[in-house]
Amino acid sequence: MSDIHALSGAYAVDALDDLERAAFERHLAECPECRAEVAGLREAAGLLAETTPVEPPAELRAAVLAGIGSIRPLPPEVPVARPRPRRTARWLVAAAAAVLLAGGGAVAWQQPWSDTSQGSVPIADQVLHASDAKSTSLDFPGGAKATVTHSDGLDKAVIVTKDMPAPPDGKVYQLWLDQPGRGMVSAGVMPVAADQTVILSGDAATALAAGITVEPAGGSTSPTTKPIALFDFGRTSA
Amino acid sequence: MDHIRPVESGGPSPEDGPPAPDLVDLLRSSGRGDERAFALLYDATASRVFGLALRVVRDRAQAEEVTQESFLEIWRTAGRYDPDRGSPLSWLLTITHRKSVDRVRSAESASRRDTTYQHHNQPVDHDSTAEAAQASLEARRVRGALAHLTEVQREAVSLAYLGGYTHTEVATMLDLPVGTAKTRIRDGLIRLRDALGVGS
Repeated sequence: MSDIHALSGAYAVDALDDLERAAFERHLAECPECRAEVAGLREAAGLLAETTPVEPPAELRAAVLAGIGSIRPLPPEVPVARPRPRRTARWLVAAAAAVLLAGGGAVAWQQPWSDTSQGSVPIADQVLHASDAKSTSLDFPGGAKATVTHSDGLDKAVIVTKDMPAPPDGKVYQLWLDQPGRGMVSAGVMPVAADQTVILSGDAATALAAGITVEPAGGSTSPTTKPIALFDFGRTSA
Repeated sequence: MDHIRPVESGGPSPEDGPPAPDLVDLLRSSGRGDERAFALLYDATASRVFGLALRVVRDRAQAEEVTQESFLEIWRTAGRYDPDRGSPLSWLLTITHRKSVDRVRSAESASRRDTTYQHHNQPVDHDSTAEAAQASLEARRVRGALAHLTEVQREAVSLAYLGGYTHTEVATMLDLPVGTAKTRIRDGLIRLRDALGVGS
C-alpha cells in the first residue's frame, strides 16, 4: 500500500495515466491521509498558476457569461465525510443534510400497477410497490447509485444498488436503521454484488433513517466508521 | 484541512477599487444561480485560469475553449465546492488543469505537441513567464519557494503541472528511471507546499 501513496503527487497534478488514476482514486476513497495530502499538493501546484497569468480576451468573458444562462447549477453533493456518529442526533443532522444536499429528498414511489396480489409477491417487490412506499436515492462519486425504499405499512425497507464498487478487502458494507432512542441498529450485512436488492432487517416503520458503513468482515454491532451513505426517511417529528 | 486558506491575491487590478471579494462567498452564491457573483468570480480568477490553460495547451484558441469549458463547469458545479477540501482557487485550477490535460492528451493534438515541445518547453522557465507576472507579489513568492526545490524536482513538477505530461513521460524527458519521476514530483510538491505554507 505504501507504493500507491507515492502516486499522490502525480495524481495532484494530473500526471497519472487513466489506469493509475482509477487505481489511485479507489485508494483515495479509503485513505484520509492521501486525501489530505492531495489537497495540500494541489494547493501548492495551483500557486504555480500565479507565475503564468494571462488576461483572456473580453469576448471570452461575454461568451462565458452568456453560456451560464442556459446551464442549471447542480445541487450540492451528498456529504459523506461526517465525524463518526455517537448519538442519534448527529445521525439525524447528517441524514437531514444528506437528503437536503442530495437535492431531492424522499420521493414517492410510482406504483406501476394497482393490483398488488400480496402473498405471491416477494417481500422486496411488495415494499418497492407498496402504496405508501417512499424512496431516497443517493449517487456516489464514480457513478454508483443506491436507493432505499421503505413502507411503514409493511414495516420493511429495501435497498437497491446499482454499480456499487466492491468493498475493500476484508471489509463489508453494513446496513443500519436509526431507531429513536437506540441509535444505529444493525440491519444486516450486504452481500457483495454491484447490482442487488437487499431487505433491511429490523423495524423500518419506526426508523428515522437508514445508513451504510464499511465494517470489518462479519459486520459490527455498532458502526465503527463514518457512514458512506445516509437515507433519511423523512419523518417530520423534530 | 482546516488550515488551507484561500489564496487571495486580488483581481486583475488590486491597486484600485474595493478589496477582492471572498471567493468562497462568490462560489456559494454562484451555486445558487447568482450570475452577478459568478461574473465577479470570473473577473477575480480569469487571468490565472486562462494563463494556466494557455501554459498547458499552448494554443491560444484551444486555451480559450478550455477556459470557457472550465468556467461553465465551475458554474455548473459551484454548489459542490467544499471549503474543507481546499481553497476556491485551488478548486478552480484543479478543474482547469484537468480539462487542459484532457485536451492535450487527446490523440488529435498529440502530434502537434511532439513537434512543439523541443522549441517551446523550457522547464520552469522563469524568464519567459516573468514579464506577464511581474506585477504579482504572489508570483514572486512562488518563484522564491521554487528555489527550495532541487533542479530535478523543479523540472519534474513543472513538466507535470505546467507541461501537462504524465510522470512516465516526465521520466523519459528527464532521463529518470520510470518509477522515480512520480517521487520527484511528489517530493517537489511537498517542498513547494511547505515553503509556501499552504495545505497540511
